[in-house]
Amino acid sequence: MDAKKINQIVLTAIKVVTVLVVALLIVIIAYIIGRGLPHMSLHFLFTESEAFLAGGGISTQLFDSFYILVLTLIIAAPLSLFAAIYLAFYAPQNKLTAFLRMVIEVLSSLPSIVVGLFTYLIFVVNFNFGFSLLAGAISLTIFNLPILTRNFEESLDDIDEAQMQGGLALGLSKWKTITSIILPAALPGLITGIILGAGRIFGEAAALIFTAGQSTSQVDFTNWNPFSSDSFLNIMRPAETLAVHIWKLNSEGLVQDATEVSAASATVLVLIVIIFNLGARALGANLRNKMMGDR
Amino acid sequence: MLEVKNLKLFYGDNEALHGINLEFKDKQITALIGPSGCGKSTLLRTLNRMHDDNQNVRIEGLVSLDGKDIYQKDTDLLDLRKNVGMVFQQPIAFPMSVYNNVAYGLQVAGIKDKAALDAAVEKSLKQAALWDEVKDMLDKSGLSLSGGQQQRLCIARALAVEPEILLLDEPTSALDPISANKVEETLVSLKGKYTMVAVTHNMQQAARISDWTAFMMNGDLVEYGKTKEMFISPKEQRTDDYLNGRFG
Repeated sequence: MDAKKINQIVLTAIKVVTVLVVALLIVIIAYIIGRGLPHMSLHFLFTESEAFLAGGGISTQLFDSFYILVLTLIIAAPLSLFAAIYLAFYAPQNKLTAFLRMVIEVLSSLPSIVVGLFTYLIFVVNFNFGFSLLAGAISLTIFNLPILTRNFEESLDDIDEAQMQGGLALGLSKWKTITSIILPAALPGLITGIILGAGRIFGEAAALIFTAGQSTSQVDFTNWNPFSSDSFLNIMRPAETLAVHIWKLNSEGLVQDATEVSAASATVLVLIVIIFNLGARALGANLRNKMMGDR
Repeated sequence: MLEVKNLKLFYGDNEALHGINLEFKDKQITALIGPSGCGKSTLLRTLNRMHDDNQNVRIEGLVSLDGKDIYQKDTDLLDLRKNVGMVFQQPIAFPMSVYNNVAYGLQVAGIKDKAALDAAVEKSLKQAALWDEVKDMLDKSGLSLSGGQQQRLCIARALAVEPEILLLDEPTSALDPISANKVEETLVSLKGKYTMVAVTHNMQQAARISDWTAFMMNGDLVEYGKTKEMFISPKEQRTDDYLNGRFG
């Protein structure tokens, strides 16, 4: 067979596989949304869930999903940013750094259930956190540090070396150059990295089952005192996120309309993750455009 | 006055500069030429201590500016780099407005007076031959300018802090010919105001803009002299070979 023909066959094979993968993805998303959309309504989004009767919603689960996401990012984003800055600009090229990178890789491939159990033993039991939003956020932090760190490091590496040199040549210290020149230049990438990480955090269930708990407590959305036990802001109360809710409904759901609620919840989850991803792109591109001006 | 005496530089155990002696002429352009890896950029970076952050680099010998050793312990790096500005190969502005790009060095140095900043920005942009092109868009992002404009913005940024010396590390090699030409014109117009040291790969450029040329090879300074004389009748065979394209 001549090279031209082989080339054509391989190319066709690649195209077919690509189409298959994309088609599979579209079918899955269409299936989830197709099943869930009929049961979705504003009422569903903004009503509390029922324990036994049909007609409940997911308001608390939805809120808790976002709340735990925000808590996680508050802990994880600064840690990852510092780690990324260290790796990108300060870490010497030696065995210790190589080892550090390997540890990060290993951390990112740990099964989330293992991270969940680890957090359960250390924080929930040993430190007496109990099932709580905070324990859940810590678990998600451990689980997402590697991804965030890598995302951040990549966007910092993308910044041209000339920026660092330009800052140093003006007499700025390395740290000052990083904070005043490199970070602003990397901002679009950093924000995209955060939002993409957020999508992962939002859909995570296994790491939360043993940390944030599997049930919603009585939550009072009018109580703004974060230290009060039934306040929606209390970070020490147990919480059930949307992903955990779906898992729970399917494994031991007692509500009459468990199947419908589960399908609609899955739809909400998928839609939000899609919105995160599209939003990340749009926001990143928008910031980049703003920075470059309209050339 | 900028002067280098018996300067040696080591990357680890590897000696990259073998005792360079060079006296840069005031208010003129000196071109550093030579084949890739000859140490010309390395030498340039010793002049404002850009190697400081590289722990692998060790420097021996003397670099003196106005009679003072810049590698002494009590040298204030901010002062030194204010006095010895630098422009790099990649023409990239800081991610801030055109105005702030130029004013930033002054602001870091503690100057807050708006009128003084305005005056310095205008003066520097005029010296860099960029004022007419950007005077109506000072609050636009510096990154929105073309490559050639950004490089002149980088020159203005370096000039704003009123240095004595301007180091140029292949300042036009990432630019298209027309932009490169403008940057060259800018540099020529700055003669008489600043002492400039330019590393260049481009022999024609060295011939066009420089008054003095230093030819380096393998970490040695082979020949140093007036550009016109060196290009017409080099004293060393190796210089002759290089200038006539027999190697490098």
